[in-house]
Amino acid sequence: MEILVCVKRVPDTSENEIEINKDGSDIERDDLVYSVNEWDNYAVEEAIQIRDNVGGSVTVISVGDEEAEEVLRREMAMGADNGILLDDEAFEGSDGKGLATILKAAVEKGNYDLILTGAQADDGAGQVGGMLAAMLDYPYASLVNSIEILDDKKVKAGREVEGGNQEMNEIDLPCVLSIQTGINEPRYVGIRGIRKVASVEIPTHGAGDLGIAPETVGDAGAKVRRVDYFMPDLGEGAEMLEGSTDEIIEKLIEMLKAKGGIK
Amino acid sequence: MAQQIFAYIAHKNGKADDSALELVAAAKKIDADAAVTAIVVGSDAVCGEVAATYPEVWKISSDAHPNAEVIRKALVSILPSDALLLIPHDTFGMDLSPGLSIKLDSAFAADVVDFEGVEDGKLKMVRQEYSGMVSTHVLCDISAGAVINVRPGVFQPDESKSAGGQVADKTGDAGDLSETTRRFLEVVEAEVGDVDITKSEILISVGRGIEDQDNLEIIDELAEAVGGDVSCSRPIVDAKWLEKSRQVGTSGQTVKPKVYMALGISGSFQHMGGIKGAPFIVAVNKNAKAPIFQVADVGVIADILEFVPELTEKVSEMK
Repeated sequence: MEILVCVKRVPDTSENEIEINKDGSDIERDDLVYSVNEWDNYAVEEAIQIRDNVGGSVTVISVGDEEAEEVLRREMAMGADNGILLDDEAFEGSDGKGLATILKAAVEKGNYDLILTGAQADDGAGQVGGMLAAMLDYPYASLVNSIEILDDKKVKAGREVEGGNQEMNEIDLPCVLSIQTGINEPRYVGIRGIRKVASVEIPTHGAGDLGIAPETVGDAGAKVRRVDYFMPDLGEGAEMLEGSTDEIIEKLIEMLKAKGGIK
Repeated sequence: MAQQIFAYIAHKNGKADDSALELVAAAKKIDADAAVTAIVVGSDAVCGEVAATYPEVWKISSDAHPNAEVIRKALVSILPSDALLLIPHDTFGMDLSPGLSIKLDSAFAADVVDFEGVEDGKLKMVRQEYSGMVSTHVLCDISAGAVINVRPGVFQPDESKSAGGQVADKTGDAGDLSETTRRFLEVVEAEVGDVDITKSEILISVGRGIEDQDNLEIIDELAEAVGGDVSCSRPIVDAKWLEKSRQVGTSGQTVKPKVYMALGISGSFQHMGGIKGAPFIVAVNKNAKAPIFQVADVGVIADILEFVPELTEKVSEMK
C-alpha cells in the first residue's frame, strides 16, 4: 500500500503562550517553538503501522518553506520512507482550497492508495483533507479513529462522532482520511533517529514542476483571507483569586462550600 | 443582499438539534432581512418543527444514516450556485462542508463564531486559532457563494417560532441518494465506564497540565477529599491515562455537575461543549491566557502540580 501523509509545521501550543504582535498582523513569532502538528503525527504513526502490516511505503509531504523540512525529517525518523517538500513563493497566503490545489498536483505525480491528513491543525479549520478528496473525486472520511485494511480495494474506518460514539464505514481505495488524535500512540523519536535521516535528500517542488497556475494558489487565489489577530473576549471572565497560596486556598474553599463543591 | 441564505438542519431521533435555532440567528447577523431556507434531510417531523422558525423548508426524504458523500451530491443538485449555506460545525459538518465547497466552487470558512457584516462582496467573520487562544477577523469572498460552518452554541437561538414556513419537497431534484464509494456500516456506542460522570455533582477534571500519568494521584486525592468524581479532557484519554468514559466534551460525555473544577485544562470549545447546566466552574491553570479563564467563574493562576496537593491538604484538615 502506497500511503501519503500530509503534515504541517506549526507553533507548539504546549510549549508556547501564543501572543499577538503590536499591530495585530500576526502572532509573536520570535522565540516560538515549532513542531509537527499533533494530529499529523498520529496520522504518520498510523501510516507506518499500516505499512508494517501490509507492506508498501509511507511518504510525508508538506507545503511550507525550507524550515518545514525539519518536520519532514522528524517524521522520516519515525519511520516514513520518503519526504516531499512543496515550496514556492506563489504558495504563500494560500487558503484551504489553495493548499488542497497544491497537494492535489503533488498527489497526481505519485500513485497513492491512501492519503492521510491530521483532522485539523493550528488554525482549527480541518478543511484541507476534505477539499483534496473532493478535487480528486476520492471518497473521504473525517475524524477517523480506527483503520482496518480489508483488502487492496477497501478499508474499514471508524469516525469519532458525538458522545464518544464511533461511526463505522467501509470506504473504497484510493481515499482520503483525516486522523483524530488518540487513534494510536505515536512512537518517540530520539536524536539518533533524526541523525540517521539528516542527510537523506528531500525533493522540493514548486508551482512550475507541479503544473500549478500561480494565480490559483497563494494570496492571489485565496477567497478567504485573515485580516488581523485579536484577543478573544468571551464574556466577563473569571474572578481571579490573588494573594498568597494560603489566602487563595482559603477563599476557594469558602466558595466551594457555598456552591456545594465539598461534600 | 441578493444571495439566498440556507441553513442545514442537524437532527437526531426526530428532533432538530439546538443548532437549528442558532443558524437562523447567525444568518440574520449576515443579513438582517434574510428569509432563510432550512434544508432537512431525512425527517418529516423535523421539517414541521423547523417550519415554525424558517419561512421555507426544503425537504429531502431519506431513511439512510446521513452520509456526507451522498448528501453532498444532493445539495449540489438542489442549491443555486451562489448560495450561502450555513452548517453546524459538528462531526457531520466537518465531514460534509470542505468537499461540498469544492463541488459548489464556493468559498469555505470553518468554525465561525461571529459575523461582522458584508462589504464589497466580502463577509467579515470571526474565527479562533491555536485552540481558542487567539481570535482572528477573516474576510471571505462570498460573491460566488460560500459554505460556512458555524460553531454550535455561540449564537442565541431564535425562539420566536413565528415563521409559519412552507415545506417544499426537493427529493425529486436531489438525484440518486444511494451510497457508492463510502458505505455506512454501524454506530458503535461508547462504552460505559466504572463511574458515570454524567450523574456526578462534583467533577474534578484534569487536563494536559498534569504532565505525567503518575501525577494523576493528586487528582484522585482531591476528588476523594471533596467527595467528587474524576473526569478529564481529551489529551488524557488520547494518552490512555484514563478511560474514554471519563472524558468531558462534544466527543465524550455531556456532564451537568453543580461544581466543575478544571485543573490544567485550557478550555477548548469542544471541551466546554460537554458542560451543561451552568455549573460553578473553577479553573486552575499556569497559563494566564488560557481560554478557560474566560468561561470559568473563579480562576487561579497556578501550577496544578503544586496547587492541588495544598488544596487537598487544607480540605482534609478542615473536615
